[in-house]
Amino acid sequence: MNTIETTTEEILQLAATHFKITRDKLHPDDDFFKTLGINSLQALGLLTRIEQHFHIELPDYELQGVSDFRTLAERIQSRL
Amino acid sequence: MLDLRQFDSLGAALGAALDRWPDEICLIEADRDRENARFTYRQFKEAALPLARAFEDAGLGAGSRAAILMTNQSKWLISAYAVFFRGGVLVPLDYKLTAAEQCALLAHSKAEFLVVEYHVWRALMQAEDSKTLAPRVTLVTEAPPGADLRGAQRWEEFRGAGEPTFVPRGRKDPACIVYSSGTGGRPKGCVLTHENYLEQCMAVAPVFPFWPGARYLSIIPTNHAIDFMGGFLMPFTGGGAVVHLRALRPEFIRDAFTRYKITYMAVVPLILKNLQQGLKEKFAALPRSKRRLLGALMTANRALTRRQPHLRLSRALLGDIHKAFGGGLRALLVGGAFTEPATIEFFHDLGIPIYNGYGCTEACTAITLNDLKPFRPDTVGKPVRGMEIQILAPDAEGVGEVAARSKTVMSHYLDDPEMTAETIVDGWLMTGDLGRVDAAGHLQLLGRKKNMIVTEEGKNIYPEDIETAFEGLPVKEFCIFAANYLWPARGMVGEKLVLVLHPEPGKIIPADIAARLGERNRRLPNYKRASGYLVWERDFPLTASLKIKRGELAGQIRQSLDREAVVPL
Repeated sequence: MNTIETTTEEILQLAATHFKITRDKLHPDDDFFKTLGINSLQALGLLTRIEQHFHIELPDYELQGVSDFRTLAERIQSRL
Repeated sequence: MLDLRQFDSLGAALGAALDRWPDEICLIEADRDRENARFTYRQFKEAALPLARAFEDAGLGAGSRAAILMTNQSKWLISAYAVFFRGGVLVPLDYKLTAAEQCALLAHSKAEFLVVEYHVWRALMQAEDSKTLAPRVTLVTEAPPGADLRGAQRWEEFRGAGEPTFVPRGRKDPACIVYSSGTGGRPKGCVLTHENYLEQCMAVAPVFPFWPGARYLSIIPTNHAIDFMGGFLMPFTGGGAVVHLRALRPEFIRDAFTRYKITYMAVVPLILKNLQQGLKEKFAALPRSKRRLLGALMTANRALTRRQPHLRLSRALLGDIHKAFGGGLRALLVGGAFTEPATIEFFHDLGIPIYNGYGCTEACTAITLNDLKPFRPDTVGKPVRGMEIQILAPDAEGVGEVAARSKTVMSHYLDDPEMTAETIVDGWLMTGDLGRVDAAGHLQLLGRKKNMIVTEEGKNIYPEDIETAFEGLPVKEFCIFAANYLWPARGMVGEKLVLVLHPEPGKIIPADIAARLGERNRRLPNYKRASGYLVWERDFPLTASLKIKRGELAGQIRQSLDREAVVPL
């Protein structure tokens, strides 16, 4: 059973791999648009990777209004 | 395509389409690798009429306002047709706005009916302002079993028995109220008539024809004028089909091209650039010999299609690329914001025509459209059929404000005669954009006269609308400007918002201001954020009612400071 801490950590790892950046550059409270220099469409690209990893389906609207990894992890945790 | 001159309303035209092509597919709703629904025109009618009957029983009639707050999906279009059938006025709202913004627009529109997706409704109900909303009927789609809908009804169960009564409308009657901006302050509800839409369809059809079998991939939110035309009215009145995707991810969009043999897709510049980036990365990974061959083929295609598109030739030359786009793609339409010529050129070289256009909600979408005869990436094309444009007060280089006149120009802004009078002058729509018309009759856009930006996502952002996010800052006063309004620039790419901070008398701006502003910025969607700030030591000029005289303040700043004064956030 994942805890919110492990879910957050796994998302950070996935984001690091997806956006080709080292894991230690990312922090749970980072604004991922700013840290990764990505736009909303690129952020959506991460969702499929997250779905595959956690074996869930995550509607696009779950990312709406979310700009930090911690909140994203909370949204995912509620579906695990 | 239907002869739209014969019809007085969208309800009548769409109804005729449903009868004209009963066995053709009009709508497909896909979700990831699944297909949720597929409708022929007959099935669409069978789905919509019982809904129209239930609307009738609930009192929806001529002029009743019905808001739709949904992602792109089949229930959007079915609900819209049912509203038009009953002579209602549709209020399409942006599901991406915050719940508070949605509440404000719902209240402003005075919509008596609301059709809303469950997850959007849930968020809406959490907003404090939702308590003051009182639509007579709220229909919630896809609510899970057992969900407490607090008086709202399930869309799926809201059906009436018996034939509904069709309510005819006149061409000058309002069809839709579409909000072009003003979420934070003064809502701009464009009242668009049936004539506006019917004329717009006829104006765009020569460049963008539909026929049974033609398919449009709908990815821009349908509340947006572009998708309402391209992803509803145009395909339906031409016998074509709309494809919706419930998960709008780059990989599913790519997959949909091949799976559904897409003919057209409208995009905003951001999506086009993403597509370009993805293709460039793929090309860079090719072995050197293949890369050189591709380069040579692109050069050949460019030379051969300069005067007009040759799809068969391009598909023969660059078969693999076209196969990846499904093999049936005729064109991508780009609009909603300014597109860089280099991006348009990239796709043109691949033989994928990009129809670059210019328009606004107030003009019911397109004002100009590039018909690619010849290819001109530097312009937004010529006025569409029935559209007149003029350049007001041109300077020595012929640059001035673009004004447009056509039967597609909106009736007025809802409940705002003052703003209407400023925007429509003697029948001409003042666009607030600066441009010039060249010898070939093409419009070139070169900047903005008004204090606003348009993002690559096609979002119009007015500084006044986001200032509330910065209230309570430790300054005497503050104000937000479009950087290009402070310092006019000949360009519309990479537009930024700048905060102007005036410190309290005798105090300095706190050292941690960047962190504080960053924290406020994060409350806003990423495309609405201020990108920098500057410190202004003088009092802001104010009106008698203590509003900031923005034009005067901008003039003062322009005289004293330049762009270097902006501290990036």
